[in-house]
Amino acid sequence: MSEIKLTINGVTRTASAEPRTSLLDFIREHLGLTATHMGCEHGVCGACSVMLDGVPVRSCLMFAVQADGHDVMTAEGLRDADGAPGVIMDSFIEAHGMQCGYCTPGMMVATHALLSQSPDPTDDEIREAIGGNLCRCTGYAQIIEAIRIAAQRLRDAT
Amino acid sequence: MKPAPFDYIKATSLDHALAALAAHDDAIVIAGGQTLVPMMAMRLARPSCLVDLNEIADLSGIETSEKYLHIRAMTRQAKVLASDIVRTKVPLLTKALSFVGHTQTRNRGTLGGSIAHGDPSAEIPLCAIALNAEIDLASQSGTRTVAACNFYEGPLMSVRRADEILSEVRFPIWEGGNIGTGFQEISPRHGDFAIVAVAVQLQFDADNICRRAAVALGGASPNPVRAAELEAALYGQRIDAALVAKIVGSIDRVLSPTDDLHASAAYRRRVAKSLTMRAILEAAI
Amino acid sequence: MTALPNTRYVAHKRRVTEDKRLAAGRGNFVQDIQMPGTLHVAVLASPHPRANILSINADAALALPGVACVLTGAELYAATNPLYGGLPTPEVKWLPLAVGMTRYAGEWVCAVAATSRAIAEDAIELIEVDYESLPCIVDPEEALKDDAPLVHPGHKSNVLYRRTFTWGPVADDFAKSEETLSFRARWNRSSTVPIETFGALARWDQGRDMLEVWASIQMPNYAEQIANALRIPLNAVRVHQDVDVGGSYGVKRGIKHTIIVGYLSRKLGGVPVRLIEDRFDNMSGGDAHGPDRIFDTKVAFDRDGTIRSMKVRAIDDAGAYPGRGPFQLGKPIAALCGPYTVNSIEYEAISVTTNKTGQVPVRGFGQSPTNFMIETMVDKVARHLGMDRLVIRRKNFISPDAFPYEIPTGTKYDSGNYPVVLDKGVALADWQRLVKQREALRAKGRLAGIGIATCLEPGGGNNMFEYLMNPSAEITTFMEGCGIRIDGHGKITGVMGTTTSGQGHETLVATIMGEDLEREPDDIRVVHADSLAGLPTRSPVASRMAIMLGGAASGAARKIKDKLLKIAAHNLGKPESELEYDGGAIFDRADPARKLSWEQLCTIAHRQYHKLPPGMEPGLQAEYVWQVPRGGGLPDKDDKVQLYPCFSFQAHLALVDIDPDTGKVNILDYALAHDCGTVINPDIVRGMIIGGVAHGIGAALYEKFHYAPDGQFMSATFADYLIPSVFEVPFVKDVEHCTPSPLTSHGQKGSGEGGYLGAPACIASAVNDALAPRNLSLDSLPMRMMDIEALLNGDQPT
Repeated sequence: MSEIKLTINGVTRTASAEPRTSLLDFIREHLGLTATHMGCEHGVCGACSVMLDGVPVRSCLMFAVQADGHDVMTAEGLRDADGAPGVIMDSFIEAHGMQCGYCTPGMMVATHALLSQSPDPTDDEIREAIGGNLCRCTGYAQIIEAIRIAAQRLRDAT
Repeated sequence: MKPAPFDYIKATSLDHALAALAAHDDAIVIAGGQTLVPMMAMRLARPSCLVDLNEIADLSGIETSEKYLHIRAMTRQAKVLASDIVRTKVPLLTKALSFVGHTQTRNRGTLGGSIAHGDPSAEIPLCAIALNAEIDLASQSGTRTVAACNFYEGPLMSVRRADEILSEVRFPIWEGGNIGTGFQEISPRHGDFAIVAVAVQLQFDADNICRRAAVALGGASPNPVRAAELEAALYGQRIDAALVAKIVGSIDRVLSPTDDLHASAAYRRRVAKSLTMRAILEAAI
Repeated sequence: MTALPNTRYVAHKRRVTEDKRLAAGRGNFVQDIQMPGTLHVAVLASPHPRANILSINADAALALPGVACVLTGAELYAATNPLYGGLPTPEVKWLPLAVGMTRYAGEWVCAVAATSRAIAEDAIELIEVDYESLPCIVDPEEALKDDAPLVHPGHKSNVLYRRTFTWGPVADDFAKSEETLSFRARWNRSSTVPIETFGALARWDQGRDMLEVWASIQMPNYAEQIANALRIPLNAVRVHQDVDVGGSYGVKRGIKHTIIVGYLSRKLGGVPVRLIEDRFDNMSGGDAHGPDRIFDTKVAFDRDGTIRSMKVRAIDDAGAYPGRGPFQLGKPIAALCGPYTVNSIEYEAISVTTNKTGQVPVRGFGQSPTNFMIETMVDKVARHLGMDRLVIRRKNFISPDAFPYEIPTGTKYDSGNYPVVLDKGVALADWQRLVKQREALRAKGRLAGIGIATCLEPGGGNNMFEYLMNPSAEITTFMEGCGIRIDGHGKITGVMGTTTSGQGHETLVATIMGEDLEREPDDIRVVHADSLAGLPTRSPVASRMAIMLGGAASGAARKIKDKLLKIAAHNLGKPESELEYDGGAIFDRADPARKLSWEQLCTIAHRQYHKLPPGMEPGLQAEYVWQVPRGGGLPDKDDKVQLYPCFSFQAHLALVDIDPDTGKVNILDYALAHDCGTVINPDIVRGMIIGGVAHGIGAALYEKFHYAPDGQFMSATFADYLIPSVFEVPFVKDVEHCTPSPLTSHGQKGSGEGGYLGAPACIASAVNDALAPRNLSLDSLPMRMMDIEALLNGDQPT
């Protein structure tokens, strides 16, 4: 077992895990943060997307021990301080940018990554940002609309 | 889909990593892990010990020397894609990188990891072969350099020994004249592994005559291959569609495609021709 | 634009209740339910498509620290009953773990319960199974031959079902028609493949002698099937329905998973046991594959384009364990001639077993392959006659004034206006522009084509296909229940009894109860009662929940309104007929000042028995269980039967551009006009329809569960089974039309399947239009780029 200390959603947490524990399983099973979802465990679906040191990555494609000493943000980090849905989350609600909600946290993490780099993204940039996140429910239309709403709101706020 | 147990060593320097690799039987290094981790999860790879290169600061970075673009092995693919130096000095690599996986895998995946892994369809090894990059292999007994064209020995196989770590890749910078690049690939979906990919870099003189040509194909043979005969036929020519159509057939002789789930060998062979023509014309513009 | 009906909440854009928790990452998926001491199950899958199991040695696995139990098929078989099979084929036994013989590559042979999934997987590797490999059969037509290896030797044949239905004067119609043509259409094996795999968590409660189950389930009669297999009373199974299901579209039916964890939890003294499929488990042995079908169709028609009759033979590959899969041959009888006036139909339905994963119900329950066949037929007739494809459709459409319209199979379509919806689609797509664009592309040497599909979506369900295919089951009931409780504070709670996998059922119930009671839906809480507390349900299948759960919610709300009127009448001293219900208050129409507010009425019901009409039950609660409209009648002597009550309609139009060198299809334009009657929540409907189109694009161009000729399964990962990403799905323009159903509470029809029921046909139509100038056609889905390229180069597609 290895002791892993990382910052997650701004909070420092420490827990032990075997080296073979994926960051995904660590976040879910050891830290009890369940917004990050397991879809394929081989790096294709994007349901497990998290921010690592400020960039989006797939948490199924790295081991928790590798995140020791690093900064992770999960979809939970997109909530407001009081736990209410943050701007990106609320935009997904407004546009009904989801159905079953399973890919949604990964989509929102991808959205956060996009909008932190590109506040007024083009359609191509939106597609590029969520191109590695599979959704089986929506056909992506309302997700794209949600991203546009979020971009507008975040621009309006600054 | 959980990996078999393994020991983990977080290397703090290249020397540390090399020592760890030498000290453990059956140890392997992990770079970005974007291919290795799924293989471990599926238990297709089951190292007893994993030596992590991710914390070794001096294994990352992009710089230029007189003749080369130096990319340290652990440089993330996203960094290479975004690099102005790369775009200026080796634009072919920038073009190719946009076809590699997705944003999220590029943020973690490394340039050296892709080359070391050696998937027959992968874009980065294809560029390395096309430009005959130099590959540094470090071990406790020193560092040796292998030309990319001599690096591979088959699908996922290379001359890299188990005690060696790929530390740097140097792409030759073509100086003088006008440089044109073309990169074409076909995959079922955007971001999937290529069924066939073609990388082309051409150098033209002031009269628009081709003075240097590099053409390589991936996905249609066990490793990416140079189309030397075709390159020779481009030399000294003004390039147009008619010319390319006439000479492209020679690539048949370097291809040895196989069938898989997503494409037949015949498909690969035919599509390789179309994409090669497109890539050359793209580079000729 | 269709005018909004005169409603307060129904059909208005309103936020979806479920989205708040799902967007905030506060869903309650089965993987999120973590109980201390839980054991995790991994399964050992057979590497052989067909083999005798000679011996199993689990000693080394049992010796591994952390391993609690290794379960073999023999042990489980001795203690449980085989799983439900829909057809009367007693020798085809479906078991959670193989006994004696494995019948497909990936079939589960052993299960290990351990303290972590990783340790369970370690243990799986230590189990030694001695197999005797046997010849296998994976081609459904080969499986029909006399000398084919038998998948279930006891059944003595690989044919599970074979019957020819004849509705109307087929022979006469063929004799009288001016032309005939025949073709083969192939729908290869694909499925819905949700991003969440199936998972189940079970805990045997020793204090109550009861099995508690949390599962990612979407299936009718789940609790019954658990009770039957585990040989325990039905009221000893409690299925928790408040588990969020991460997508299903029909396939989340992990009964065998549940039997394994239920059995293990009981055996191990009540420890929680969970089995969360990984992607391998899900794809190769998770019982989640869809139809795998060959159609041989003959059509009789006149030179003016009138389609008179059709003869269809459908061979469906059910895989090794049929379950409910074969009924996917029966359901499409509901709309076997689509939206067209066809006078007679012959239908030969053949279900065959092979050494592949068992087939389960997939979105549309066989309708999408059937619609693909029907639309291919119509396009072929048009091409044969040199007719415009829009014209031939308009010519054969059932007329808007002909409803209710009975098709030859005996099913009455409730309502529709097909010409108008197609007109709306054509206008939305800007047909002339599409044609110009196509011609411009062709002039540049590209292959370009326009696709058209005009398809029905039967909605509401009923079980009559089962009766038709297996009368011995004698099941005609197909019901849904909903409860309503209004508490002493006047707050409304709706009680539904099934899980939700993205369809927004809580929003549906709240919207309809709010509409009927004229109360704000956002203040209505909707709960998913567990299977012991809830009313009968048949789960969210068959495009039925807007119709059936909506109808039940409305029925329950109306009971409340009736009761409130009686209370008001008693207290205001006026007959109900002279009272007016307004926003929950009730007043005297003659003297509006004489009024009881909602709060007053609720107070009377809960606290003031002395003000209740004599003998009235106190409190404010009601239940309503609704049988599907027009459902329950038996087939007549000619096998005519009403299958499903409501028929939604969609017109799909697409422009594709095909790279002639690579065969890659690029969808440039997609327009869709749809009519599902009254839309309860526009965002939900639009989402499901566009999502269905994306799913259909996958089936048309990318997705295939591939079995090698030697029976090995080749598509067990997301790198090999290709789900469309945002790059593969075009922007879909959509427009609504509303022809209300006369059979439902608010005129609503089904909408969850329609996108998927038309998109494969539309893309196939577009690809064939693109191939037409080269005099080629391709009638096999998926149309992968290598298939198209091979056709263009004169190769046989593989």
